[in-house]
Amino acid sequence: MAARILIVAEHDGSTLNASTAKCVTCAQSIGGSIDVAVCADDAGSVAAQAAKLAGVANVLAIENAANAHPVAALLAPQIVAVVRSGQYTHVLGPSTTFGRDLMPRVAALLDAPQVSDIMAVESPARFRRPIYAGNVLVTVEVDAPVIVGTVRTASYQAAAGDGSAVIEKPATTGVEIPGHSRFVSVSAAKNDRPDLQTARRVVSGGRALGSSAGFELLYRLAEKLGAAVGASRAAVDAGYVPNEMQVGQTGKIIAPELYFAIGISGAIQHLTGIKDARTIVAINKDADAPIFEVADYGLVGDLFEIVPQLIELL
Amino acid sequence: MNKILVGIKRVVDYNVRVRVKPDGSGVAVEGAKMSINPFDEIALEEALRIKERGAADEVIVASIGGADSQQQLRTALAMGADRAVQVDPGASAGPGDLGLEPLTIARILLKLVEREQPFLVILGKQAIDDDNSQAGPMLAALWGRPQATFASKIEIAGERATAVREVDAGLETLEVDLPAVFTTDLRLNEPRYVKLPDIMKAKRKPLETLTLAALGIEPAAARVRAVRFEPPQQRQKGIRVKDAAELVSSLKEKGLL
Repeated sequence: MAARILIVAEHDGSTLNASTAKCVTCAQSIGGSIDVAVCADDAGSVAAQAAKLAGVANVLAIENAANAHPVAALLAPQIVAVVRSGQYTHVLGPSTTFGRDLMPRVAALLDAPQVSDIMAVESPARFRRPIYAGNVLVTVEVDAPVIVGTVRTASYQAAAGDGSAVIEKPATTGVEIPGHSRFVSVSAAKNDRPDLQTARRVVSGGRALGSSAGFELLYRLAEKLGAAVGASRAAVDAGYVPNEMQVGQTGKIIAPELYFAIGISGAIQHLTGIKDARTIVAINKDADAPIFEVADYGLVGDLFEIVPQLIELL
Repeated sequence: MNKILVGIKRVVDYNVRVRVKPDGSGVAVEGAKMSINPFDEIALEEALRIKERGAADEVIVASIGGADSQQQLRTALAMGADRAVQVDPGASAGPGDLGLEPLTIARILLKLVEREQPFLVILGKQAIDDDNSQAGPMLAALWGRPQATFASKIEIAGERATAVREVDAGLETLEVDLPAVFTTDLRLNEPRYVKLPDIMKAKRKPLETLTLAALGIEPAAARVRAVRFEPPQQRQKGIRVKDAAELVSSLKEKGLL
């Protein structure tokens, strides 16, 4: 039986998140038909963006006032209704906080097993994923009529944008949406830097930056490079920067073309977040820091001397 | 009585670097230092703080695992939990066994929820061994109750709670009716250290062991099985540059700047 794949789109109400295009690429490697579900209060522009993704047959615009913000408990029963009526064999979402919140709820309601952080597909039932902070890769075989998965977006390129899917509005009127969970607000640090998850260049700092003020130096370097700024867990724990900047096992998994690890020792938990970076540059005063084992370019020295020189040279 | 149920998992300690067995049949963890999953420790700390603020009467800590998980339950009792429940899933299967599926874990937790009737369930956002990050939302779904995942702040106000969630975009505030399931993020709190007198006291606290049969759970056939384990591809070690100028010229040479 050919696979029927449904991808749950991530978006902010107006723009489709880049993670969705990466899920489409993962779905293409499974094979079969690919549809994308967009849950929104007004799906219009996001559905139109999803319809352009290459290889997508149908975009299902699931419109409800309750979908103005992505609350997993409210979205899950609607997704489940669409999965059942469309007889899907695979339901995929991105392995971002959106997908990690929503997809297990969908899986449990479907009584389906979930494969988290899919990084490679060997067959429609066989997937590879990292465990132990990426120290081990396990290939799993799933025996179930419906498989739910989250896609490790750093492992996939975005699907091309030259498609022309049909936009449909499935009937989900009979679905009971619970009233026990209410979105209140979302606050994001305002800055003009590129988005950490999709940036081509990223500059990250560790505990060696010493303070929030220390990170100002990195912001200046990032500005010169047109880069996003990330941080190690140690720097987040120390309170230098907010958690949404964390890169690693318990933060964001990224795959930029150029990554600067500055004052980061290179704990395995951090390395798991950058293993798909094309080129890694490490600057650290400890010549034995593990980051130098994975860096393409290593520079031993005091970051407070080197970074200003870099800013000067760029 | 206002009860909080906290789930804890026995995992290879954060600082241990595990390796794949030479024949690719699994992960070599024998003899490794074992600990409470760090996110679960944060979950327990939060439960204890809520109780200490007077918003709960009892903190019950549960672990699903063999007899050795009693070590972590005793540590949890020493931290301040009032009593512990170990659910023993029995002998695990042979090669390819990945341990219990998250959905099975959620079913077991649901049975404990039905038995204990907690107003809060607090779990870690993920276990650092299998990195599945599934059990919390799955339990909430089966229970038909709200979930607030990746919480960095939990405030209880009567029949409701407000959680601040660490999402990719920043901080999201979610209001939920209780009972509800919460999963913890790193910055929720800093777990306390266990003191020696508390370890002695913990030995006298109740620790109950239950089988799946006692909870009325039929062992289901595994639907996800491991085919092979392998180490990740290692990155090639690169070159050392002597200063900022050489770094910039090297990157320019490669067309990276």
